[in-house]
Amino acid sequence: MADKVLMKGNEALAEAAIQAGCHHFFGYPITPQTELAAYMAKRMPKIGGTYLQAESEIAAINMVLGASAAGVRAMTSSSSPGISLKGEGISYMAGSDLPALIINVQRGGPGLGGIQPSQADYWQATKALGHGDFQVLVFAPSTVQEMVDLVQGAFDMADKYRMPAMILADGMLGQMMEPVVLPEKSEKEPIAKPWASCGHKGERAHNIVNSLYLTPNALEDLVKERYERYETIKKNEQMAEEYLTEDADLILVAYGASSRVAKGAVNKAREKGLKVGLVRPITLWPFPTDALKRAANQAKALLTVEMSMGQMVDDVKLAVEHKVPVHFYGRTGGIIPTPKEILAEIERLMA
Amino acid sequence: MAKIIVDENVCKGCALCVNTCPKKIIALSKSKINAKGYHPAELTDENACIGCAFCATMCPDTAITVYR
Amino acid sequence: MDVVFKKPHALTDAPLHYCPGCTHGIVHRLVAEVLDELGVEGKAVGVASVGCSVMSYNYFGCDMVQAPHGRAQAVATGLRRALPDGVIFTYQGDGDLAAIGTAETVHAATRGENITVIFINNAIYGMTGGQMAPTSLPGQTTQTTPYGRDVNSAGFPVRVCEMLSTLDGVALAQRVTVDSVKNVKTAKAAIKKAFQNQIEGKGYSIVEVLSTCPTNWGLSPVDALEWLRQNMIPYYPLGVYKDGDKRDLMKGDKE
Repeated sequence: MADKVLMKGNEALAEAAIQAGCHHFFGYPITPQTELAAYMAKRMPKIGGTYLQAESEIAAINMVLGASAAGVRAMTSSSSPGISLKGEGISYMAGSDLPALIINVQRGGPGLGGIQPSQADYWQATKALGHGDFQVLVFAPSTVQEMVDLVQGAFDMADKYRMPAMILADGMLGQMMEPVVLPEKSEKEPIAKPWASCGHKGERAHNIVNSLYLTPNALEDLVKERYERYETIKKNEQMAEEYLTEDADLILVAYGASSRVAKGAVNKAREKGLKVGLVRPITLWPFPTDALKRAANQAKALLTVEMSMGQMVDDVKLAVEHKVPVHFYGRTGGIIPTPKEILAEIERLMA
Repeated sequence: MAKIIVDENVCKGCALCVNTCPKKIIALSKSKINAKGYHPAELTDENACIGCAFCATMCPDTAITVYR
Repeated sequence: MDVVFKKPHALTDAPLHYCPGCTHGIVHRLVAEVLDELGVEGKAVGVASVGCSVMSYNYFGCDMVQAPHGRAQAVATGLRRALPDGVIFTYQGDGDLAAIGTAETVHAATRGENITVIFINNAIYGMTGGQMAPTSLPGQTTQTTPYGRDVNSAGFPVRVCEMLSTLDGVALAQRVTVDSVKNVKTAKAAIKKAFQNQIEGKGYSIVEVLSTCPTNWGLSPVDALEWLRQNMIPYYPLGVYKDGDKRDLMKGDKE
């Protein structure tokens, strides 16, 4: 087994992507994801890969589109305002059934917002990453180790289902240092991509990577086929951690950085004899509806904790179908809630 | 001895070939109309064609094959 | 009798959707002829842009990728980096390349991306029905300049080859047209050179082709060629604006 090393989240994520066989990175500087790009700039030339600093986020995502269309593993990373710019390219990639990995190290918004950690891009990531009917796979790690562990799977799933994947991190996870075991270089045979536009060598008909369908029926059929894939993903790929939920009266729901704080609050509540648990979604899309339904069957109420004004809470409500009340506690603007604040909210709700 | 064959289904009757023919022996057909509704170009004097391929060079639809 | 002129292999049998007399078709054929002559259709990946030429992905026989509006050269950059042995080209109109995609164009050029850019300048947005393009001439009437392009409010046209010729990454910047047999031959030679430059690693090559839009100019195809000669060529002089090799500037640099 590989040794534990102390690494910044952003850098660990970059190394994990390289180990997953991603040798093409296209980026544009933005705080708080810059260490990721800087790490790629250092490593890629050593392994004969591509690090390219594009002229804009828009160009960077379209370079990813081109590399992905050629059949290679490609990625880009950014933070909230930059992800907005990438929305166009992500929509085109979804419409062209192209895989790729996109990292969002979220910061406060809207607009230029701030540079402190935030979770205010949940809606963007899970519902409106661009125009049109489409989804991307969204993973929400809560530790540096988990960030690393999710990368390989994110690439594999993106290839398998032919769609973009996103790791929705935040400034806290990206910037913090934690001990981490880096994955071994992937031994997996990469999935065949017979659809790639990489030169037909006179051996097959020409491939066209395209998102334009001027016949409404053809476009509808294609979108419907994509949504069938989405249904398969919803059925098979939900990921969540259920922590102390078996006997809980109140179950917190939180992901990423806020879930770390929420877990601390759950532990403190347990010390006080309060039966509190936590559901931590690891995939935000597909949303772990099954885990939420189990929580609603067990607890008398749920409390969603986010670093936003309340975005995931909508999906929690949809998942539990009004079976139990769903409360919300959040801080925004780049503020991480403290365990004490959350504990106070728990005590208020359980009083 | 030379000739051109115009693919009448592909021709859009733009007349760029008519305009460029140095022998002035291409015209848009007065009698024919193709499936797209265009009057296709045709050779008016088969004996005068020199196979210079000017018509084909200017044809935006690659509708003309030239033999010589 | 032998066949002395026929459709090139790298052009598919799909009928072109372009309007009668639109010179896109001539340029498509020239690109396909060059792919044939260089024997690179099997290594080539073309990037279709947004505008009238969006469906060029159906017409070129090589592998194709359709890019978002203006992003063709960013997509081509991704392809270039992923396929070191590939022959990568974009086919773009004036709105795509010189308005919404200006940043992508300038930066692909200055990076010296080994790609070939075919730039169709017909001074108008064709696909959307004839609006002002970045290359519409002063005084030119379009749907969005109904009183003629007023440079006081709409500004001046962009001369792309002149602008890009100042950049070190550019190997070839040449403006041609296809209004006559002679000029079609020159255009083909330029396109061939633009592909050869790429294969040899000389850098970024762009061929700007002054083209017609009979439909949106409101002229017959033959009259449109005359309008091009009378109005476009004086504003956009034909010629070679840059002919070099980026590697000359790299000598002495470490690998």
